[in-house]
Amino acid sequence: MRTILTMLGIIIGVGAVIAMVALGRAAKTQIQARIAALGQNVVVVFSGSINRNGVFTGFGGAGTLTVEDALAIQNEVPNIAAVSPEVRSSAQIMAGENNWSTSIMGESVDYLPVIRQWDFAEGDIFTEADVRAAAKVCVLGKTTADKLFPDGGAVGQIIRIKNVPVKVVGVLTPKGVSMIGQDQDDTVIVPYTTGMKRFAGVTMLRTINVSATSSDHVADVIDGMTQLLRQRHRIQAGRDDDFIIRNPQEFFATQNAATDTMTALLAGVATISLIVGGIGIMNIMLVSVTERTREIGIRMAVGARGHDILLQFLIEAVTLSSIGGILGILSGIGGAKMLTLIKHWPTQVSANSIILAFVFSAAVGIFFGFYPARKASQLDPIEALRYE
Amino acid sequence: MKPIIKLEDIHKTYQTGEVEVKAVRGVSLEIHLGEFVALMGASGSGKSTMMNIIGCLDHPTGGHYWLDGIDVSTLERDELADIRNQKIGFVFQGFNLLSRTSALENVELPMLYTRQRLNGESLRDRAIQALETVGLGDRADHSPNQLSGGQQQRVAIARALANHPALLLADEPTGNLDTRTSAEIMGVFQKLNEQGITIVMVTHELDVAQYTKRMIVMRDGRVVSDTPVVKRLNAEDELRKVQQEQQAAQLAG
Repeated sequence: MRTILTMLGIIIGVGAVIAMVALGRAAKTQIQARIAALGQNVVVVFSGSINRNGVFTGFGGAGTLTVEDALAIQNEVPNIAAVSPEVRSSAQIMAGENNWSTSIMGESVDYLPVIRQWDFAEGDIFTEADVRAAAKVCVLGKTTADKLFPDGGAVGQIIRIKNVPVKVVGVLTPKGVSMIGQDQDDTVIVPYTTGMKRFAGVTMLRTINVSATSSDHVADVIDGMTQLLRQRHRIQAGRDDDFIIRNPQEFFATQNAATDTMTALLAGVATISLIVGGIGIMNIMLVSVTERTREIGIRMAVGARGHDILLQFLIEAVTLSSIGGILGILSGIGGAKMLTLIKHWPTQVSANSIILAFVFSAAVGIFFGFYPARKASQLDPIEALRYE
Repeated sequence: MKPIIKLEDIHKTYQTGEVEVKAVRGVSLEIHLGEFVALMGASGSGKSTMMNIIGCLDHPTGGHYWLDGIDVSTLERDELADIRNQKIGFVFQGFNLLSRTSALENVELPMLYTRQRLNGESLRDRAIQALETVGLGDRADHSPNQLSGGQQQRVAIARALANHPALLLADEPTGNLDTRTSAEIMGVFQKLNEQGITIVMVTHELDVAQYTKRMIVMRDGRVVSDTPVVKRLNAEDELRKVQQEQQAAQLAG
């Protein structure tokens, strides 16, 4: 009973560490999953707000970006994996008796496989030749495909977009709801040339999607594109850009930082609990040394060195704290499961935190067990034997 | 023959606050292999201090002490622990067994602290052998509180024998026992002594000292007499006598 009370501090401390780290990790994983859903190291260039006679247009409203800008970025900025000029429009689509209103996105061949890392359920992406020829081909998102072809078999069928017959070459796997609550699967993707000429009727681009070769190069790519576009758009030094470059990962960096802070805070509380637990262990060990003075005397009389006694009590302290640690790990895992079950918070118990918690609790045992053990080892055998 | 214990002008002075207590003031004596010595004296005579010094639990403040040829008066704490482990077996008045462990584990205890480690099996064998020597081979798994006082003291003797020491040191071994059990325990000591084990026993009871071969009496920190025991008691005879008395008492009652 007394031992369990002693271990309680360690149990709570370790349990709290495990549960909190599990929560923090799960939050991080979620954020990372969202980043991954965005695409691979994606940087988006929006055509900027320009001032026409005192009237500002919004982002992506004015046409300041051209297909040539996109090609120039691809050719001149280093460390770029893919570039996709983007135009958007929305339209009513018909396929046989079914019809559906959705957004039509004009993109390059690389957009789906490279930039968005989006796989095909059926069929495949349109070809470079389709892009050059502004061919009447399209890829359907899962939602759109289901609405137009409830029985499946969309690939190879002809749909009509703004009365233009367009052949379906592929259907995408579902990607779900985006972070702003949009159904990402409710879309039709066509070559950007087709989108510009036939559906949107524009010559300028709304956005250019760019994918850097690695996350380390994202900043370089942003700098490179800024310089290139300022030069191409002949923007004088000191004047504002007529385009905006956004790195969607940035948005998550704040979220990540917030999660980290929270985890660190809770880990701090848990550490304090561990220290308190350690003091509890020290206390019980001191009591134990006093209670067992006679035993120590006997052991010394039959030839135990101070070192032997020290080791014995240290091992006892470490055993105590390690058992506390194990119970703490179990209760931490249990606590994490409870949080998921009751509060529906996602948790993810990590092996690292378990090992760390265990090692830490053992270390607490050594640290706080040392003083009592040393005290025991330095007892005078005669005094100890005489102790009642 | 080389003595197993050789004390040369041993002094021990305690400093209790302002007062200097001279517990032992110049004791010199030799004890040889196979002797059975009773160290006697009233309380305050210095016999307990002598016992601690002979048992290597304490340093003398003056003089020299050779145990089995080694000058132990100059040794360090850890070296003394090794000497105690290897050369001395202790038997105490209060038995001093570890109450939460079995008789066997109590006997194994000194072997756990030897420098050359024994494996678990030979450890066990030696412990059982020691228990058999004191006639408790069948009680190995009992814990001390399941044993009578006499049996507990025998476990303590077995523990003292575990490392085959040169010297058995007993401090009032019968102090907590009745006459009959005392006779039993003294019988064990006599038997061990016959097998060649040197025994030094501290006691203040004259009738217990009668079982030994040599009596050393101390007073005020000095040896006042050192004589062989003349009318030596034989434990077996005494035991028989006690039993007869008890029977007679029962018949009378």
